[in-house]
Amino acid sequence: MVSRPTLQVQSLRLEAPLALDCGRVLDNVTLAFETYGALNDTKDNAILLCHALTGDQFVASQHPVTGKPGWWERMVGPGKPIDTDRFHVICANVVGSCMGSTGPASAGADGAPFAMNFPVITIRDMVRAQIALLDALGIERLHAVVGGSMGGMQALSLAANWPQRTQRVLGIATTARHSAQNIAFHEVGRQAIMADPAWAKGDYYASGQSPDKGLSVARMAAHITYLSEAGLTEKFGRRLQDRDAKSFGFDADFQVESYLRYQGISFTDRFDANSYLYITRAMDYFDLAEEHGGRLADAFGKASDVRFCLVSFDTDWLYTTADMRDVVHALNAVAAPVSFVELSAPYGHDSFLLDVPALDRVVTGFVG
Amino acid sequence: MTHHYPTTQVGPANSEALRVDLAKIAAHVPENARVLDVGCGDGALMAELQAKKGVDARGMEIDPEEVEKAVARGLSVVQGDANRDLADYPDKAFDVAILSQTLQTAQRPHWLLNQLLRIGEQAFVSFPNFAYWRMRLSLLRNGRMPVTRHLPVNWYETPNIHHLTVNDFRDFLRDHNVRVEDRWYFANGREIGGSNANWRAEHAVFQLSR
Repeated sequence: MVSRPTLQVQSLRLEAPLALDCGRVLDNVTLAFETYGALNDTKDNAILLCHALTGDQFVASQHPVTGKPGWWERMVGPGKPIDTDRFHVICANVVGSCMGSTGPASAGADGAPFAMNFPVITIRDMVRAQIALLDALGIERLHAVVGGSMGGMQALSLAANWPQRTQRVLGIATTARHSAQNIAFHEVGRQAIMADPAWAKGDYYASGQSPDKGLSVARMAAHITYLSEAGLTEKFGRRLQDRDAKSFGFDADFQVESYLRYQGISFTDRFDANSYLYITRAMDYFDLAEEHGGRLADAFGKASDVRFCLVSFDTDWLYTTADMRDVVHALNAVAAPVSFVELSAPYGHDSFLLDVPALDRVVTGFVG
Repeated sequence: MTHHYPTTQVGPANSEALRVDLAKIAAHVPENARVLDVGCGDGALMAELQAKKGVDARGMEIDPEEVEKAVARGLSVVQGDANRDLADYPDKAFDVAILSQTLQTAQRPHWLLNQLLRIGEQAFVSFPNFAYWRMRLSLLRNGRMPVTRHLPVNWYETPNIHHLTVNDFRDFLRDHNVRVEDRWYFANGREIGGSNANWRAEHAVFQLSR
């Protein structure tokens, strides 16, 4: 992570300490968040949007670091499927992340960055913090909680643990548990970060360097899992990058190599390596059934009045339709009102962020 | 378990009306009932039941494009295969389970019917009658599998793998201890009386319980 001036972002400090699943308590938790659209007088038009692993609160507004548009502007805004003329959309940077919310780069009690002294957090802890934010904002019951990928895990966790806090749950390209393959890919990423000498056991904040090489490799490996083989083949094939012949060396001969290197390097401009370790760990620990005695249906025992909508994509091999069906079957077992559709889209896991008109129609219909 | 029959038909005033068998089912579903529509298509029946009867309607449909249409109109519809996925629902989770024009496509009609009556207090089942006189005539005259309005595709493309007649279904219900609460017969888009239904009915709707 390059050094940068302190971010000027909207945030709120939680009054109560946050009791975490690991048994530790985090004091003075700050949550950075953005809102779009007005909260109505009865405070019942709020939609909590949960971001993915490397996402942040800048859903529908320019990112303060990269200058890029919000990550879900195609879905959120005036007249969009999640219509900010009607709904008050809240998106908070998750605990453990690095866009203004408390995370490993934040100062601990001794004034120094937590680094690896930051407690290991869970998806439920992330949601716990957002529930505290909703309390502070005076929002008792959400119109909907919405999320893709890790955001969908948070949405499911909220439904399982705080079912009275939302009327609707929309989970896209997500899962109720991380598979061995999911964990395996994350472990590759974490080991890449930790193998970078600049990581310095996580204690790099004062050193003037950061494990950009390791974080970059982690992002490259993960990025492959967000795409489909067909998508990669269509986008890059075996085409060469700015050259007519192979170099018989190890430059980025292929376009796909060049693309991945760019994705890796540009990621380090906006993301903290330790946050990447902590958030991937939270995802790996996520198993909604395990949290509720081993049977997924029991996780949703009190959520049978909540309306659910689940969407998977046929080319997503990270969180598959089979994973999603497990959730659907559990919700059917408690006779919850659930919608589920597998949409066809060529982009793999990232389809939830991209141009899939059928997703727009489903979201519009479900959010109401 | 996709069905290829449109769920609406063009009525006299050129307005879209529910297909006659669905309209009959809609008329007999109690107000505010909990309803599961198996093979719900784009959700036309569910939407009608929600608007006119205040029911809590859920649907299951195997065709993702139909599911997308149903969800886009705000209905709770799950993409799933009734041949397998009905097993997930708890006993008597619904007052009414509906299976329209789908029984003949089921891998195991017996299993499917048992599931409907396990999940629902009552079930409505509609199906095309293979003993309809036009079918018999067509088979007699042409010596080929009939292709008609209600069985519109060739034998090698048809999703209908368990053709049945009204009499077959009555026997089937008797053998499996299913009670017939009511039944209605249709031909040419209109309801007909019950006499000689096995000859005269193009399709039938049965209201069942156990």
